[in-house]
Amino acid sequence: MTGVTEFVILGRGGQGGVTAARILVSAALKDGKWGQAIPEFGAERRGAVVKSYARIADKPVPLHSNVRKADVLIVLISNVLDLVNIDELMRSRDSIIIVNSPSPIRTGYRTYYVDATSISEKLGLIIAGWHIVSTPLLGAVAKVTGVVSLESIINSLPEFVGRENLVKLNTEAVKLGYESVRGGEK
Amino acid sequence: MSSQVPLAKQARKVLVGDHAVAEAVKLAKVNIVSAYPITPQTLIVERISEMIEKGELRADYVRVESEFAALATVYGAAAGGARAFTATSSHGLFYMYEMLWWAAASRVPLVMAVVTRALGPPWNIHDEHTDILAMRDSGWIIGMAQNVQEAFDMTLTAFKISENEKVLLPVAVGLDGFILSHTAEPLDVPSQEDVDTWLPPRNPRIPYVIEPGGEAITMGNLPGNDVYHAILKKYMDESMEAAKKVIAEVYDEYSKLTGRNYGVLTECYKCSDAKYLAVSMGAWSGDILNAVERLRNEGYPIGLLRIRYIRPFPEEDIGGWINGMKGVIIFDRDYSAGMGGVLASEISGLVPSSISFEGVLAGLGGFDVSADEFKTIMRDFVDKTEREGLVKIRKYWYIPKIER
Repeated sequence: MTGVTEFVILGRGGQGGVTAARILVSAALKDGKWGQAIPEFGAERRGAVVKSYARIADKPVPLHSNVRKADVLIVLISNVLDLVNIDELMRSRDSIIIVNSPSPIRTGYRTYYVDATSISEKLGLIIAGWHIVSTPLLGAVAKVTGVVSLESIINSLPEFVGRENLVKLNTEAVKLGYESVRGGEK
Repeated sequence: MSSQVPLAKQARKVLVGDHAVAEAVKLAKVNIVSAYPITPQTLIVERISEMIEKGELRADYVRVESEFAALATVYGAAAGGARAFTATSSHGLFYMYEMLWWAAASRVPLVMAVVTRALGPPWNIHDEHTDILAMRDSGWIIGMAQNVQEAFDMTLTAFKISENEKVLLPVAVGLDGFILSHTAEPLDVPSQEDVDTWLPPRNPRIPYVIEPGGEAITMGNLPGNDVYHAILKKYMDESMEAAKKVIAEVYDEYSKLTGRNYGVLTECYKCSDAKYLAVSMGAWSGDILNAVERLRNEGYPIGLLRIRYIRPFPEEDIGGWINGMKGVIIFDRDYSAGMGGVLASEISGLVPSSISFEGVLAGLGGFDVSADEFKTIMRDFVDKTEREGLVKIRKYWYIPKIER
């Protein structure tokens, strides 16, 4: 559909994919757009491969069905790429992938990478043994796609992150993700 | 549209459907909430408990031992004059089935959110409308929302509809499990002050109040003459009829408050010049609308009739729109065993024998149906009718291929 950007967020249960989709939508609203964040719920558990979806558009979209084809695929942990059929998830050869990885990954699609795990490690953003990788990746999304602004993502954080020092650290993580994302080759 | 009344100031938030319902319950200043958790409803009562704990809502919160007790508690509270709310899904709704009838026939105003979910076995937490449609004979007014905003609006208006002297029937607000309950969307929320001017506290004496030292009344007793039973049902039927007008009035006032206009019992999109009509209810109506718009671009003269309230049954709306059509295709996300789709069954009585008809059973157990799939199903129906003349397909089981 024209005017709509459809996101699929791929990760493992517990990595914050659902929250990432909601932050994206909250940021879109601050940018004067419309958005929708859809979790894919099953009998999911920590560690299993999970998907969540988001739609962002200039005007409200009436759809509620799942996103079948991604314009932007956000990958919270790179090894899940081996467990899914990427071609089935992507809308076209021009669709993009933004992956948490220290080095380039070749997928056949324009693939951007950001070392989100190292960013969260450096900032000490580790909760219950899990690195918070969603916020650096959201920074990368702002930089690569321009669908939402960096400022709006940062301004949305207090709605989702409880304590003030965590808002500060996640703000830093978003900024570092924005600055350090690289790649884009097919 | 002329608007002499200034619109209320509204705050824009991003909320999931369940939290939007909780927000409406807070603004309605309910006096009592009973809570028994069941997925995908649980977020509603969890959020309400947080609101009460933070002091945002001054209400009694009763953690009950079962769904039967959940409804019995708010039923009793409503008979005592309180504004009351509860919420449930699926098996929880069926566990309170008997109480549905007691509450409705006792004519107490109540609001309950029903977050729709399939019934097991097999165990399934995903969306289906069979649960809420099983309420349809019990005397509840039953609505189904299309999006998060409508779930909020339907909840807030439900109190005003239910408490209206001409209605005095409980209202169920339906929202699709996960598809609305857990999906976050922008939502415009009026301020408490503005809601207060529009929705005053409930008058506890309408229809009656049970109170210590109060007037002696009997309710639910074994009457000496069985004819009283028939009289009560006839009164309820008259109230259901009256509710059609009351719902229209309530939404008219509400549109002046919020600027949001809805059809009353139904909404028809692209229907005025349509030769074919699709009929649906709930969240997937938006996906069907998307398919209808694309079919229009390809020259297919089809419109979408969306049912907002299935009780009272919008017979006049549906009959009126079907009149003059060449074909009607109905999408059911529910199944009445031995019969077929519930909407198809109810609506088929309004379809003349000269009109093509197809009842589609899809999305059962929550499987996702895309706008592309709706488009193919509707296009095939229109093409078949144009090719073969009259088509009568009572049940089309739309079941995607799976790997086994």
